[in-house]
Amino acid sequence: MTLVRQHGGGAILLTLALALLLAIVPLPEWARAVRPEWVLLVLIYWCLAVPTRVGVGVSWLAGLSVDVLTGSLLGEHGFGYALVAFLVVKTHQRLRVYPEWQQAVVVLLLLLLHQLTCLWVLGITGRAPDDLLLYLLPSVAGMLLWPLLFPLLRGYRRRFAIT
Amino acid sequence: MLLLASVVLMTVDHRYHHLETVRAVLATALSPLQTLVDLPFELGDWAGETFASRQRLLEENAELHAWRLQQQAGLQRQAALEEENARLRRLLGASQRVPEEVLVAELVAVDVDPYRHQVVVNKGLMHGVHLEQPLLAAEGVMGQILHLGAFTSTAILITDPSHALPVQINRTGMRTVARGSGTANRLLLPHVPNDADIRVGDLLVTSGLGGRFPRGYPVGEVAVVERDPGRPFATVIATPSAQLDRSFEVLLVQTRDEPPAASDPAVGDPAVGEPAAGDPAVPEPAPATGAAPAAAGGAR
Repeated sequence: MTLVRQHGGGAILLTLALALLLAIVPLPEWARAVRPEWVLLVLIYWCLAVPTRVGVGVSWLAGLSVDVLTGSLLGEHGFGYALVAFLVVKTHQRLRVYPEWQQAVVVLLLLLLHQLTCLWVLGITGRAPDDLLLYLLPSVAGMLLWPLLFPLLRGYRRRFAIT
Repeated sequence: MLLLASVVLMTVDHRYHHLETVRAVLATALSPLQTLVDLPFELGDWAGETFASRQRLLEENAELHAWRLQQQAGLQRQAALEEENARLRRLLGASQRVPEEVLVAELVAVDVDPYRHQVVVNKGLMHGVHLEQPLLAAEGVMGQILHLGAFTSTAILITDPSHALPVQINRTGMRTVARGSGTANRLLLPHVPNDADIRVGDLLVTSGLGGRFPRGYPVGEVAVVERDPGRPFATVIATPSAQLDRSFEVLLVQTRDEPPAASDPAVGDPAVGEPAAGDPAVPEPAPATGAAPAAAGGAR
């Protein structure tokens, strides 16, 4: 991986590890339903900021890690993450100049796309959720978090001068 | 490319078991994260124990002493019964029951996919855990090991919709299958005929068929029986005996003989449990020839 050889690869990995932690930290029952896809949010940011370093491959591997940690089918999250990463890398120049709220809307669409792929897998394996609207709540939570997460990660990136 | 790979991976993972090694390697690499998440909870427990008042500890100690005495009294009889059971089985020429060993494990405080009923256990390959190993709570069957890591492993609970468990009604000895329902504390018995002798309150125990679970462990209690003449099967719902969402300490049963199926060919002796007078056993394909009645838990 070229990621490690360049400057700041460890810092990127650290954020991904933190996001993985947040993905499995135990939450009370009501909060579990709105747990945003932390890993995907962080991945979207890095794909947006440094698309040459974090792209489809890294996202796919991160997705597999999530699959292993949460016990879902191997590749379930990998598929959605890779798809979203591909779209972000493809359009990163356009997304970067969007105002923040517009970015948040795009993030919502991306998160929904990922959830849709997960929903297909859940449906095919016979465990479709009862309440579809409730199932899609994490995406909304992710969108609301984006205006907070974006400046935070940007500050972090500038601090460690990751380019 | 990667999308295609994902689809292939998912299919293979869903249908076959070839990917268990890949999963195990990844799980082992990622287990520090699980430990890290679990750490605050462990610390909380530790602090709670360390700074507990002397009074409370004494009380707890006394309580446990009393409880142990009770258990021992029960066990004395059990030992005699087991001996007798083994002797009778020898006389009958039936296969011996293998005594099972258990490994005590704890759940790791991490959340998994909310649409799957799974738990993470703090024992793995390094502790001698193997795939499909039964997982018990103090009160009954919890599930079985689904994915292995070196230090932790993931277990599927009996309430997961993809899990089915061969069970037996303790009162009548009727065999059936308990399927997970996808909701906590609910098991479905989808293949109970309308005229079957089944009542609310009946205890379900593992039947040992299928060879994964040892025989005679409590699974659940029948909660709802609805007979609709228009349908081929009755609607039967059971609640698991084990508190699946509350148990913290669990037991991993180690059957010495592998595969365990070979040690217990349950063909021909479907009659487990006391043949209660007054309610004839349900007509079954195999006649109830009545091997030594082994009450629930007799296999322990």
